[in-house]
Amino acid sequence: MYVAVKGGEKAIDAAHRLLADRRRGDRDVPALSLEQIAGQLGLAVDRVMAEGSLFDPELAALAVKQSRGDLIEAIFLLRAYRTTLSRFGYARPVDTAAMLIERRISATFKDLPGGQLLGSTFDYTHRLLDPALATDEAVDAPDHRAGDGAATPRVTDLLGDEGLIEPDAKGGAEPGDLTRISPEFPMDRDLRLQALARGDEGWLLALGYSTQRGYGRTHPFVGEIRIGEVEIEIDMPGLDFPVVAGRIRLTECQMVNQFKGSAKEPPQFTRGYGLVFGQSERKAMAMALVDRALRARDFGEDVVAPAQDEEFVIAHCDNVQATGFVEHLKLPHYVDFQAELQLVRAMRAEWASAPEDERREAAE
Amino acid sequence: MNTPSIAAYNFAYLDEQTKRMIRRAILKAIAIPGYQTPFASREMPMPYGWGTGGVQVTASIIGPDDVLKVIDQGADDTTNAVSIRKFFAKVANVAVTTRTGEATIVQTRHRIPEEPLSEGQILVYQVPIPEPLRFLEPRETETRTMHALEEYGLMHVKLYEDIARHGHIATTYDYPVKVEGRYVMDPSPTPKFDNPKMHMSKALQLFGAGREKRIYAVPPYSRVVSLDFDDHPFEPQTFDKPCAMCGAESVYLDEVILDDRGGRMFVCSDTDHCETRRAKGHRGELAGEIPEAAQ
Repeated sequence: MYVAVKGGEKAIDAAHRLLADRRRGDRDVPALSLEQIAGQLGLAVDRVMAEGSLFDPELAALAVKQSRGDLIEAIFLLRAYRTTLSRFGYARPVDTAAMLIERRISATFKDLPGGQLLGSTFDYTHRLLDPALATDEAVDAPDHRAGDGAATPRVTDLLGDEGLIEPDAKGGAEPGDLTRISPEFPMDRDLRLQALARGDEGWLLALGYSTQRGYGRTHPFVGEIRIGEVEIEIDMPGLDFPVVAGRIRLTECQMVNQFKGSAKEPPQFTRGYGLVFGQSERKAMAMALVDRALRARDFGEDVVAPAQDEEFVIAHCDNVQATGFVEHLKLPHYVDFQAELQLVRAMRAEWASAPEDERREAAE
Repeated sequence: MNTPSIAAYNFAYLDEQTKRMIRRAILKAIAIPGYQTPFASREMPMPYGWGTGGVQVTASIIGPDDVLKVIDQGADDTTNAVSIRKFFAKVANVAVTTRTGEATIVQTRHRIPEEPLSEGQILVYQVPIPEPLRFLEPRETETRTMHALEEYGLMHVKLYEDIARHGHIATTYDYPVKVEGRYVMDPSPTPKFDNPKMHMSKALQLFGAGREKRIYAVPPYSRVVSLDFDDHPFEPQTFDKPCAMCGAESVYLDEVILDDRGGRMFVCSDTDHCETRRAKGHRGELAGEIPEAAQ
């Protein structure tokens, strides 16, 4: 019995061998390829890239496979790899106005320059299980139409022309890097947005939802959501023009929120911003809701709801941190528990030996 | 698609720039005993809460000539201790030991070895929540101000309330200490039994909290005083029985449940201490009944 509570190298090795076996599953069924995961479970791969903060569909697919489909575990794997990569430099801010659009919708205007483009979406599908998908039935090729080359300006820029919406924050300052500092509160918005972009989708979804139910209302409208590829440009030493390092796929959500104005500011719409790797409208929208809620102090709004509380939201949004600390409870705690056992036994002994009236007094 | 091959890792996993950053934080922590120094904690290949702070501290100070010992709950053979020791054996290729006296670095979770540490040794603690005031005030912005102003009244009120309610202080581990008369510090969740060992320790004590991104330190020969009151002095745990395996007294014991009829035995939590004593011929009351081969 004494031996059984101890771990040991052999037990760990055996557990890992069993894990590898369970991961592979029935050997008569072909193993999943990374192409299959990246190609057919693309939204899982996108989530892993977004919260893993590393845009690499191949590595993310590997992480999904290695984690047996546990996406937080996959995010953890990708993060632990990302942290070892050296920084070559910081890219220029991406220009989402120049995005190669796959999907773009606005809920605030029926039509607008660049149009509404549905793209691939679950919206308006009936959620009926499709038995045809259980087999490998042929799928029709989609329709493509050539783009007309017209610009697709951001809704916020269109509203900005009239001064109806707050302008973009002043750019130019070197953005912080959350993974290279020990963050402090209160946090600047650049770091806060980084934290939200890496943050857990479920956490942000619940907090964003809570603002809609009255815990820190922000009166949001989806100004627009756009999904597509943008170029990543880097300034190289010795070159006076930026170099395109590659393309990444992004989902951007510009939330337009009401603001009454104050003595200092005329009434105008305010903004919440969401930007994530890959295709995830849910995450981008939730992020935009939470971003706006967290700006309460900027607008002199009362901070009364959880979603407005920066330290609470940001300190708990990272699912790799959260899962690690929650799951560390399964590590042995015998020495602390022993200390508590002793204390409870001593307190019970005191209680048992005390006369009844003293007990009642102590309880009061 | 090709399976990506991941390049070899640097000595002790972390890159040298990161180690330099962490060493600077360690130096600052040593210069201000008990102060929680922020550092840019890296994401590590083990989960947060499983020793990422301690691992980063160890990775930053370890050299090829070091001898590493890793314990969890006082034991060298608990699963997480095994895992961390294997990690360093792999990425730093250093000598590892279970002997407290042979180690130059001891990384620990929840215990301080029974054998007194000596000059030149470093004890690295894994810390889950570095802030001793955290459960009295959840906000970092508030607690940092409280430390800056040396405003520790809240902690004394908490301890006083324990006495008012229970007749004694009901904190058994994570028992707060004051370092060099200035900062109140969380000793990490070691049982309060171990607190006196921190006082005037000959070894350097470093504390790493990875998730919370803090490093703090107690330099050798520093005063470390457990908080208490004149009429309710600090009292570490005591055990009625000696270790059932090696007969040691005045050591911290683990309670092991032997059967479902209330059978219990108490054995040294510090496995190295227990084994060393048994090798010297010390025997506890149940030592003969445990099959040695099973270990």
